[in-house]
Amino acid sequence: MRFRLNWHTVVALGLMLLSLFNLPFTATSGTALPLLILWFLVLAALGALAVPPRPALVASFGLLGHAAVLLLLRSLKGAEGTATLGFYAALAASWLLGWRLVTVLSGDGKRGSEGPGTFVSLLIPALFGFWILVLWEAIARGAGIPFVLLPPPSAIGHRIMGSLPILAADFHQTVLKAVLFGFVAGSLAGFVVALLADRYRFLAKGLLPIGNMVSALPIIGIAPIMVIWFGFDWPSKAAVVIVMTFFPMLVNTLEGLRAAGSMERDLMRTYAANHWQSLFKLRLPAAMPFVFNALKINSTLAMIGAIVAEFFGTPIVGMGFRISTEVGRMNLDMVWAEIALAAVVGSLFYGVLTLIERTITFWHPSYRR
Amino acid sequence: MTDKPVISARDLSLVFETHDGPVQALSNINLDIQAGEFVSLIGPSGCGKTTLLRVIADLEQPTGGAITVNGMSPHEAREKRAYGYVFQQAALFPWRTIESNVGLPLEVMGLDRNEAARRVKHNIALVNLAGFEKKHPWQLSGGMQQRASIARALAVEPAMLLMDEPFGALDEIVRDHLNEQLLKLWAQTKKTVVFVTHSIPEAVFLSTRIVVMSPRPGRIHEIIDCNLGAERPLEIRETLEFQRIAQQVRDGLRAGHSYDD
Repeated sequence: MRFRLNWHTVVALGLMLLSLFNLPFTATSGTALPLLILWFLVLAALGALAVPPRPALVASFGLLGHAAVLLLLRSLKGAEGTATLGFYAALAASWLLGWRLVTVLSGDGKRGSEGPGTFVSLLIPALFGFWILVLWEAIARGAGIPFVLLPPPSAIGHRIMGSLPILAADFHQTVLKAVLFGFVAGSLAGFVVALLADRYRFLAKGLLPIGNMVSALPIIGIAPIMVIWFGFDWPSKAAVVIVMTFFPMLVNTLEGLRAAGSMERDLMRTYAANHWQSLFKLRLPAAMPFVFNALKINSTLAMIGAIVAEFFGTPIVGMGFRISTEVGRMNLDMVWAEIALAAVVGSLFYGVLTLIERTITFWHPSYRR
Repeated sequence: MTDKPVISARDLSLVFETHDGPVQALSNINLDIQAGEFVSLIGPSGCGKTTLLRVIADLEQPTGGAITVNGMSPHEAREKRAYGYVFQQAALFPWRTIESNVGLPLEVMGLDRNEAARRVKHNIALVNLAGFEKKHPWQLSGGMQQRASIARALAVEPAMLLMDEPFGALDEIVRDHLNEQLLKLWAQTKKTVVFVTHSIPEAVFLSTRIVVMSPRPGRIHEIIDCNLGAERPLEIRETLEFQRIAQQVRDGLRAGHSYDD
């Protein structure tokens, strides 16, 4: 086994030295735990310097580095706001080692070789996310940032676990009713109107300018009106979502229907194909990438629309309702819990749409294999 | 000949209205094409050869004169699916397999499923693409894609093939090969072929008659008979007769077009 220097590890070793001269880490840590942490980090750094990076070696240096940072977070227990320079130096050192790990995992310096396997390609973003949470947690608790300003992720996690029934009810009200119904109805209506506008030119001429105007309307102006029209419960939120999702789908589908090449259209003409045949056999398939673009845009618009619309009158359930009331009661951890829920739901929504897109537009140059 | 011509154009003209004023794309075209002929339209760009083919196919409307296809107007002929059209590019639909691309016109025609499957199989074999039925177009080379598009045009079983520089985008080796195959196909099927090209050797090698066109305005300069016989191996291009016809076509192209401007 040989060693080769890399800047992440060299800087990390310097930070460890700095940390060693600034013990202890927190008011309650003593020196035994910090020394153990630093010992772990030194071992991890040695692993990070060794070449070639065999899987077992990479795994052990990764595990040691992450064990060190978990112990580091543990040293904060009961000593919030008392972190010293030694603590931050050790945190930065372990972060650099984590960076090194991700660099090695992404195949740094290996040109032309095939990309990482499925496990590793999932591990890399997971490590990224983990480190964002770790730095957030360490700085929020180490510096004693007030809870209202920025609660640490662990507190948000506790709040999520303790409020599962409430979150489930909010999810049911906002996502399963307003978002899903509004998204499906709005996108479907936009799609159908696009097909009609494509057939009857006057519709496209008249509708598109109005469409641009409606999509420029502020949601906080529409939402209260919808509440007056459709009542406090979810239909008024679904109506806001329909207004928001209708026009992106209309505009994108119309654009997509123009995407088929003139040669392909002429080809359908030589077959004496009628309007609907050339629509279903040529122009709609060619429009699918545009339709999926609209669906992906609409998935985020629908979440935003439904949550914001709940600020303007709602029964006592729903993600937007919860956020607006808990802010008023200074329960910021609950607000963050709802944000986390919205983020997870939004990403899953988007991810599912992407998967469907890949199976339907498999022929598109960006997905070909 | 006593037979009525398949395609008959009388004083045909076409003027495109552009932003810079009218452009005379075709003027005074008089042309009769008999059943079973292989006629090439050759000329420099802008001479209207593609436009003439598109008028025959009812993809452009003439502004003067008369044209009949199978004794009908081009529009009626198109509605009756009298011809198969092969474009400069294969224009295969990427979401369809080769098999279902070849079957596309049959779906549009509403043909019986079994008959459609038989024709697809037959025509894919005819262009030597058996074994590639389940592939998607982008998995095939350019030459194979163009062969698939020829199979697609043949699947309609038209009496007439209209081909617009079908091999123009391919390299010379592939083009030679496809030219040989096309001749074989023509000998087997006895179809009328109208073939647009800007390659003199290609036109002489394939045709029974060569229509030399010239630009500004697009018109027919000369019609040259090309009777090299039914058997045409690639080596025929080295014979004196071939060279003589090629020289005649070259002279015609030069006379019809001043290259000074």
